[in-house]
Amino acid sequence: MQWGGFFISGFDKNLDRIIILPMTTPTNKPTDRKDEKLIMDAGDISRAMMRIAHEILERNKGGKDLALVGIRTGGVHLAHRLVKRIQSIEGVQVPIGELDITLYRDDLALRKNQPILRKTSVPFDMTNKVVVLVDDVLFTGRTIRAAMDGLMDLGRPEEIQLAVLVDRGHRQLPIKANYIGKNLPTSREEQVQVLLDEAGEDDRVVILQS
Amino acid sequence: MSLKRKDLLSLASLSVDEIMLVLETADSFKEVTGREIKKVPALRGKTVVNLFFEPSTRTRTSFELAAKRLSADVINFSPSSSSVVKGETLLDTARNIEAMQADIIVLRHSSAGAAETLAHGVKSSVINAGDGWHEHPTQALLDLYTIRQRGMNFNGLRVAIVGDVSHSRVARSNIYALIKLGAEVRLVGPPTMMPSRVEKLGPKVYYNMDEGLRDVHVIMMLRLQLERQGRAQFPTIREYSRLYGLTAERMRLADAGAIVMHPGPINRGVEIAPDVADSLSSVILDQVANGVAVRMGILYLMSGANS
Repeated sequence: MQWGGFFISGFDKNLDRIIILPMTTPTNKPTDRKDEKLIMDAGDISRAMMRIAHEILERNKGGKDLALVGIRTGGVHLAHRLVKRIQSIEGVQVPIGELDITLYRDDLALRKNQPILRKTSVPFDMTNKVVVLVDDVLFTGRTIRAAMDGLMDLGRPEEIQLAVLVDRGHRQLPIKANYIGKNLPTSREEQVQVLLDEAGEDDRVVILQS
Repeated sequence: MSLKRKDLLSLASLSVDEIMLVLETADSFKEVTGREIKKVPALRGKTVVNLFFEPSTRTRTSFELAAKRLSADVINFSPSSSSVVKGETLLDTARNIEAMQADIIVLRHSSAGAAETLAHGVKSSVINAGDGWHEHPTQALLDLYTIRQRGMNFNGLRVAIVGDVSHSRVARSNIYALIKLGAEVRLVGPPTMMPSRVEKLGPKVYYNMDEGLRDVHVIMMLRLQLERQGRAQFPTIREYSRLYGLTAERMRLADAGAIVMHPGPINRGVEIAPDVADSLSSVILDQVANGVAVRMGILYLMSGANS
């Protein structure tokens, strides 16, 4: 699926997100669509990530015993950026993991075709560590529930915290983020997209009205 | 891309994309089998029935473990302990199992086409775990996975399949898959064990093992079915072993990094010398370990198809 020189690498109707990464260096910038409302631009996202990095370090009194785990696919990119920010602020290299929550989804038994599996890789021991889960959009909370179950199967973290770029409300489970880039009131019908590119120059968060 | 089919019956009917999807999915489950807690909730509430009309320890255990690690409920049916001895037909047995809400039936049967017949008769997904001399698709898929795990590329890969090809469902499934994936397949064995006109499927036939092994990257040994001796296929086990047994000396004819595979159970000293079976080139135990991950992948992909 191609759109304006960008490659839509993952689209999940239920989880409400599209992650777009350039196939190569994009030559033609994506044209603004009429029904697309810009919520955050690259600068907004960058500043939000910087603030979240500071907040994580403040809350946990530095980077010791800290680890970040990104939820595939969007959360992984954001987790990598947070690790870089934390490195530049505190000078510590925080371990990072990648989590695919597919096998823990609560709608697997209802689906006709099973979603494609991606890899999970948490190459460090979580025992006694504070693990910050990172995701792009917090919506129903079901993804986070699945992610917490997935993490618990991999080890026993001391504490799990949650960082998201956008909290759009409409929770269906009692879940709350510790770090939020932007609170975004939405209607259920709207779609929130976080578009990230490798270089970070064309990052943006948009709402699609349907 | 998803596996949009109710049943997994053969590799002859799978596309290259579908084969690669299974291998990719198995890769994700390989990580799961390496965890301390080797269990995920993906198939919670699903029932998998192992319906084995032929004795099998390896394949049945592998399927059972795979289903359990996906949190499915598993039931093992074998003819000695079921009503088959009382004269029930295959389809009636399967319909009874289906009536108990089985989602997936894993079938091993001595007749070619048994899985296909069953698939038409029941709504549950059917996975062929070996039907007569026809196919054994999950074994071939785990073989392919093991080859890929060693960093080998299928395109241009030279694979020798050695032994009783005509009675081997493992060989047949591998021939279909490897040819599709662009590999060069060589069949090595005595003329009495070579299916007639097998070249039509794409492989080359060698009656001389030394010629067949030259520069190959993968050697797949087949089990010599000792019970076949005296049925005009080979005179003595010793002669067979001398002509078609894999020894360390013969290994030198193959590519320097060649790997040795065997679907098991092995006859040490007959088709494979003990030092070769235990050598670093041998991936026989990797095949067994990968079998669980590959079958988890297959069960996962099949579990969504018929709901």
